[in-house]
Amino acid sequence: MKLPPYAAVLKVEIERAEDGHPILVMPFHDDVVGRPGFLQGGAISGLLEVAAIAALDHALSGEGGGRIKPINATVDFQRGGRDKTTRAEGLVTRLGNRVANVEAVAWQDDRAKPIATARMNYLIVRD
Amino acid sequence: MSGFDLARFMQRGTWGHGGRLGISLHAFGDDWVEMALPYSTDLIGDEASGVLASGPIIAMMDITTSLAVWQRVDAFVPHATLDLRIDYLRRATPGRTVIGRAECLRVTRSISFTRGLAHDGDPADPIANVSATFMLPTGAYPGSRGEGQGEGAR
Repeated sequence: MKLPPYAAVLKVEIERAEDGHPILVMPFHDDVVGRPGFLQGGAISGLLEVAAIAALDHALSGEGGGRIKPINATVDFQRGGRDKTTRAEGLVTRLGNRVANVEAVAWQDDRAKPIATARMNYLIVRD
Repeated sequence: MSGFDLARFMQRGTWGHGGRLGISLHAFGDDWVEMALPYSTDLIGDEASGVLASGPIIAMMDITTSLAVWQRVDAFVPHATLDLRIDYLRRATPGRTVIGRAECLRVTRSISFTRGLAHDGDPADPIANVSATFMLPTGAYPGSRGEGQGEGAR
C-alpha cells in the first residue's frame, strides 16, 4: 500500500506484523506537537485514520480491492501523547459489501495502555 | 474586559501541528470561532482525486472547538480533548480553503461540550459536522455552573 502525501507530513511509516497486518509508526517531531511536549490531538487522529485505512486496504486486497470513502469517525483520547514514538493499528471488525466498520488503536510504550482509540465507518466502492 | 484575547492568543504565531497545516484564525465572536485550513497538495489523502485527508480537518476542528470553549469561559484553561466525533458529509473540493466554525454548547465544572461545522466556501453546504467534548484534569472551568456531580446533561 502506498501511503498518501498527508502520511508523509506526519512522518508515518508502515511496519508489518508477522501475518502481514500493517502497523503504523509515527516518530515524535515538531510538526505533530500540540501543547509543548505532547502530540496534537489532530495528529493522533490522523495517525488513527491512516491506520484504519491501511487495515481496510489490506483486508480489501484479499477480495479484489476497492476504493474507500470515509463516512465518519469517533476518536476517544485516553492519555496525553508524550514525546516518543507512537504506533497504531487498525482492525476491520466487519467488511461488508458496501460498508466497513473499522477500529483503530494508538499506543506508545504499552499496547495495553492506548493513548487513543477510534471507530470509523467507510463506504466501499468495489473495483 | 476580556479575560481571553483570542486575536492576541493567535498572534503567538503558528507552531506545532496546527502551524505545519497552516491553520489560522479566520473570524470570531463572543461565542463562536472560525479557523481556516488552506488547501495544500501535501495534505492530500487520496491522490487520485486530490481530496484533502481527513486528519487535517479533524486537527482544525479539534483546535477550533477547543478555542470556542476558551472564548465561552473567557479564559485560557489547559484542557484535554475527551472525544471528537466527525461526520464527513461530502468531500472537500480540491483547491479550496476549508473553514471550520465551532461553538461551545455548555460548560460544567470539568467537562465542556462543543459542536462545529466545516465548509469550503458555502456554510449552507458543509463538508463535515463535528461534536467534541473536553475535560479539565484538575480544577473547574471559570464560571461553570456544575456542582461537581452529574457532569453531563441534567
